[in-house]
Amino acid sequence: MTNVVSTPVARPSGGSLVDQFEFGLDAPICLTWELTYACNLACVHCLSSSGRRDPRELTTEQCEAVIDELQRMQVFYVNIGGGEPTVRPDFWHLLQYAVDHQVGVKFSTNGIRIDKEKAAFLASTPYVDVQISLDGATAEVNDYVRGPGSYATAIRALKNLNEAGFKDAKVSVVVTRQNVGQLDEFKRIADEHGATLRLTRLRPSGRGADVWDELHPLPEQQRIIYDWLIANGDNVLTGDSFFHLAPFGESLPGLNLCGAGRVVCLIDPVGDVYACPFAIHDNFLAGNVLNDGGFKEVWQESELFKDLRSPQTSGACTKCAFFDSCRGGCMAAKFFTGLPLDGPDPECVQGYGETALAGDRSLPQPSQDHSRKALPKRAQPVMVQLSLTRPDPVSPPVSACAASPLAGFQP
Amino acid sequence: MSPTSTDTMLDEEWMLSPAVALRPEPFGAMAYHFGNRKLTFLKKPELVRVIRSLEGSGTVRDALVQSGVPEGQWPAYVGALRSLAATDMIRASKGKNND
Repeated sequence: MTNVVSTPVARPSGGSLVDQFEFGLDAPICLTWELTYACNLACVHCLSSSGRRDPRELTTEQCEAVIDELQRMQVFYVNIGGGEPTVRPDFWHLLQYAVDHQVGVKFSTNGIRIDKEKAAFLASTPYVDVQISLDGATAEVNDYVRGPGSYATAIRALKNLNEAGFKDAKVSVVVTRQNVGQLDEFKRIADEHGATLRLTRLRPSGRGADVWDELHPLPEQQRIIYDWLIANGDNVLTGDSFFHLAPFGESLPGLNLCGAGRVVCLIDPVGDVYACPFAIHDNFLAGNVLNDGGFKEVWQESELFKDLRSPQTSGACTKCAFFDSCRGGCMAAKFFTGLPLDGPDPECVQGYGETALAGDRSLPQPSQDHSRKALPKRAQPVMVQLSLTRPDPVSPPVSACAASPLAGFQP
Repeated sequence: MSPTSTDTMLDEEWMLSPAVALRPEPFGAMAYHFGNRKLTFLKKPELVRVIRSLEGSGTVRDALVQSGVPEGQWPAYVGALRSLAATDMIRASKGKNND
């Protein structure tokens, strides 16, 4: 046992913020609240496997009660998402209700309801921030994962917000293998619309588990992301989601720590409280705001969150020279790729993730799925448009269901 | 090294900005500015006490005395208050820095 980094066993007095955050806070800093599982899109990598509304979703009155409690707990702002939150008929009412109760709102949307009128309303409302999701700097790359027409919808929303005088909207991008070469283009799109670029990490959560192997950035692309963030970091938001890249060199701006259950959590549309927005699974379910004494009780007293705030065992990672900079990486990324939580992140930049992925593992069964079973063809992302590898007619895969019609054909 | 020789803040009256809320935390407090949306972590309970007592005190010096901060540490506290002032977490209520 040499060179083992030890983490403190009890909350230190003073020390770094990271040391403090590991032991949790009285209320979350970064609370995500998904208002509905309903969505007009069907993005292939949706974290919450959204699509259909859940009949148990919180009513308007129940949502107001949650906001009242957030106000009492002094949760100063909440990140609202979904699904597509703006398709809830009471969305604009709840937005106003939160703002009127000292709970600022940042909401994520694909832009479907951000017409000129709503853009003007948003521009005139203080404490509201809008985040438009865009996963390609071109329609081709974006619509491949988010569905036909979604690029045009997002750009129209950004244009409406900018023209209405809304200051500093966010363009929120999940970095994938296919868009990693477009980071400069994303920045230009944000700049053109008076917006700020926000980059986040692709997680294998929800439907993301099905496409992670194809979409997650390759090892050499991780380096490109890191270098780009170092060069542009001051003007770009990351949701602190790239701390697994810190072992490349200097720490990235923001919190280099898994905040799950410590400073971060998620309330889902039916009121279930999960440790983080990327961990919608029974294993990370702390309780429910309706049944378990309210959100404050769940946040402060649930066994799961208490456990996450106690010193974690990080197994072999603690022997790595870079453990202090990445702290073992993202819990959700490990869990949903079937890796042990006390081992390396699947995208560990020291290469330990690849080794772990090559070993024995079994993917966890999803514990919820609100995907629409029968989606109209026009709304479906079609993931066969962008083939990164050209079919090779010389050595084609030959099987009964070979992808290439030329399979097996030798002129 | 007298703290008063280089800094006039000690004799000024300051207050928590009206746009700021303080939330107690085990390590001290979080200060959130609803206007500029800046979140600041106050990692010393003693500093939180000083900021809270700005309200009922005359000057910064009074607040430091009232909170029991030893005089030798005043420059460090004034430094911390200055950086809080830079992001409008606290505001001059009277005196030279009032604008």
